[in-house]
Amino acid sequence: MSGVSGKTRDRMLYLISPIGLLLLWELLLLAGIGDRRFVPAPSDIAARYWQLVTNGELAFHTGVTLLRVFAGYFIGVIPAIALGLLMAMFASVRIAIDPLIAALFPIPKIALMPLLLLAFGFGDASKIALVAIAVFFPVIVNTYVGAANIEKIYWDVARNYGASQTVLFTRIVFFGALPTIFAGLRIALAVSFIVLVAAEFVATKSGLGYLIWNSWELLEVTTMFCGIVTIGVLGLITSAAFQELERKVIPWKQSE
Amino acid sequence: MTVQRRGAAIDIKGLRKEYASARGHVLALDGIDLSIAAGEFVCIVGPSGCGKSTLLRILAGLDHQTTGTIAVQAEGWAVQNAMVFQDSGLFPWMSVEANVGFGLMTRGVPSDAAAKRVDAALKLVGLTKFRRHFPHQLSGGMRQRSAIARAFVTDPAMLLMDEPFAALDAQNRVILQAELVRLWEETRKTVIYITHSIEEALLLGDRCVVMTAQPGRIKQIVDVPFAHPRDLIALSAAPEFGKLKLDIWRVLEDEVMRARAEIEA
Repeated sequence: MSGVSGKTRDRMLYLISPIGLLLLWELLLLAGIGDRRFVPAPSDIAARYWQLVTNGELAFHTGVTLLRVFAGYFIGVIPAIALGLLMAMFASVRIAIDPLIAALFPIPKIALMPLLLLAFGFGDASKIALVAIAVFFPVIVNTYVGAANIEKIYWDVARNYGASQTVLFTRIVFFGALPTIFAGLRIALAVSFIVLVAAEFVATKSGLGYLIWNSWELLEVTTMFCGIVTIGVLGLITSAAFQELERKVIPWKQSE
Repeated sequence: MTVQRRGAAIDIKGLRKEYASARGHVLALDGIDLSIAAGEFVCIVGPSGCGKSTLLRILAGLDHQTTGTIAVQAEGWAVQNAMVFQDSGLFPWMSVEANVGFGLMTRGVPSDAAAKRVDAALKLVGLTKFRRHFPHQLSGGMRQRSAIARAFVTDPAMLLMDEPFAALDAQNRVILQAELVRLWEETRKTVIYITHSIEEALLLGDRCVVMTAQPGRIKQIVDVPFAHPRDLIALSAAPEFGKLKLDIWRVLEDEVMRARAEIEA
């Protein structure tokens, strides 16, 4: 492969492993190894996928899941950032909030689902609340850590140049913590998909989690795979979009 | 050129600074008495750890003395002081112009008036073309220029400079020193300039304050006799300059040795 540059070769390698895996999968089933009723071939999944796309079912479930993820995400993330910054600026806020975080962070958030069903019922609200709670913790912790570790010289400059508390909050602490906040937001995005799909397994009649769980109950394994693939693709797209956003919002971080 | 308005006059009396550190009780500054005339350029030299930066931080209001008084006369000046730090301290998330205008924004200067002052300050330090750059896109010299512009734009009665050129390469340092002297000659702000270089102190200052190793006390104050406007390159090659430099080195030498002995002990 002397004519191919290193970069092109890397890109080909990057594609070869997933494509190879799918091919192997298909070939093994064609050879009669494995039971096609329980392990459908990639070609079966693709055909079913197309069906679900054309009849609108997949779009419906995907839409419902995305709505819940994004609503819960924003409701959880915004107060988490604000409180995280306040914790870094005021010791009293930190002392008041620290024990709550220490006690609540380790609880697997999915364990709260029954409680949330009790409070918000079986509609979207309980799932949105669950996502909001789940994303709140990684974001508040990351925001606080980022803001608390802003280099001392920036505080000195801000004080010497007459910055008020408002200016400190909006121009210094927030931006200084932004790279770490973004790391928290990224974790929160993954967490929000995890808890939501788990929550959709029970107590709802819509969403990708429901699609997967319902297919299991009906033993429609092909549809189950379609749901799983869709979640994977959503994760890929949102994470790529996130990376792009990060490059736009934190231009100073690239060359460090 | 006559300058109408001179910077702050500062009278420091019996200044003492103690603090508790991990290694126990530290006396950083002791018995500092220093009068600085309005519009004077004073350089402070001393061995590392002699408390010269602490003195500057106290003047900047970033730290407080344990005992002693500082009286500052700065009538008619809206902004009392502005500090230039050793590592520029530019905010990496702000463009050069936002950084330069920071001290105006915090003080509520209307944005059109602020923009004009920022324009002038950028022009003064030759960074107009780089106004939309971020600090990480600038060289070390350009970053320090921006930091100087940020201080000058607020029109402070005194300029507090903490080894601002120490991290620069030799050529850039000479250029920026010359620019600073020119700016000072034009504005006659009071400048207090911390350095560990005797040569720099003599090139820039009217007086050179030599400090002792810890605890920081004033060992000697030397008048720098060179007239303004100064040509720094010619001055640094003059025989009187070399002689004065040697004299001050003799004063400082004991202190440097003492500081080293303490670190090694």
